[in-house]
Amino acid sequence: MPIIVIPDFFKRIFLNLFKKKRHIKLGLYGPPNGGKTTLANKICKDWTGEELGSVSKIPHETREVQIKEKVDLKFKGRELTFKLIDTPGIATKIDYEDFLKFGMKKNDAKKRAKEATQGVIEAIRWLDDMDCVVIVLDATINPYSQVNITIIGNLAARKIPVLIVANKIDLHKADIKRIEAAFPQYEVVGISAKFGKNIEEFYESLFRLAKKKKG
Amino acid sequence: MAKTFSSLTLQFVPYSEVERLDTVGRIKKLLKIVLQNKIVILQGKLKVEEEARLIEDTMALVGSIKGFKGIELAVLSPKLEDMPIVMRMRRQFARALIGEQDAITIIGPASIIREIKKDPSRIQVLLKGK
Repeated sequence: MPIIVIPDFFKRIFLNLFKKKRHIKLGLYGPPNGGKTTLANKICKDWTGEELGSVSKIPHETREVQIKEKVDLKFKGRELTFKLIDTPGIATKIDYEDFLKFGMKKNDAKKRAKEATQGVIEAIRWLDDMDCVVIVLDATINPYSQVNITIIGNLAARKIPVLIVANKIDLHKADIKRIEAAFPQYEVVGISAKFGKNIEEFYESLFRLAKKKKG
Repeated sequence: MAKTFSSLTLQFVPYSEVERLDTVGRIKKLLKIVLQNKIVILQGKLKVEEEARLIEDTMALVGSIKGFKGIELAVLSPKLEDMPIVMRMRRQFARALIGEQDAITIIGPASIIREIKKDPSRIQVLLKGK
């Protein structure tokens, strides 16, 4: 037994000495229009000074994975460096006619729908690459959707730590307790990414999440 | 505008019909029924990885099949955490032996189903009206 353990011990020490320091890959996941990009922008604006992507009331504004290679979070004497990955909203249906209601032209709406389908596929394929994930849910909407359950179930199966953000708490219909009841095994933090409400508590939770990261 | 339809078909798929299929085969079978504008009621549930794959394959079809807008999906499964410990162990043992047959999965075309509302213990399927 020691013959096996000792070389392994030295191998690990050696690898740790020369291994390039790798940043935590932090993914933002969730259904469309939950506020993933608004939160990504808030994080990037706070810690890098620039935003990551555009936001819109029309669903599926983010149709490609957007990455901020390095975010240095320095908060209350602690530091956390991560690569931020904002993913397109995951949905089981995409109808270009839904975009027409927002005044889009038919061709633009069809193009948006096609890009959105690719975005969903891309987001799912990125799941394996994440170290930690923040699920961003709209706190005004019923959380018991199969998309939410599927995303969280897949992360649990991959042993990827999860933090749930109940976003849009500035709205009257927001109900954090409903989200807590739906996913009792996860930490839920209520914020308004748009107005920065409760964002400090969110940053505290991020440190806790990073500590749980796999590997 | 919502598409109108004159009849609605629910197709029950017993667990035994998908039990021996691999992931690709299961998803193919379920989507084939959905593409016929039928609502699938599957005895049991897919694995979480299969659910993700179902969403991926659905999105690929939305981009390639004219008129197909995707699916509505819901799973109703008894929560083991809420059960007394003896019953929970019995269920877990049964699941290990014969699979998760105590769940129900509903999958339907988004062109027919407007929304599936899910509470922890009930599912409401809302159809697109005339």
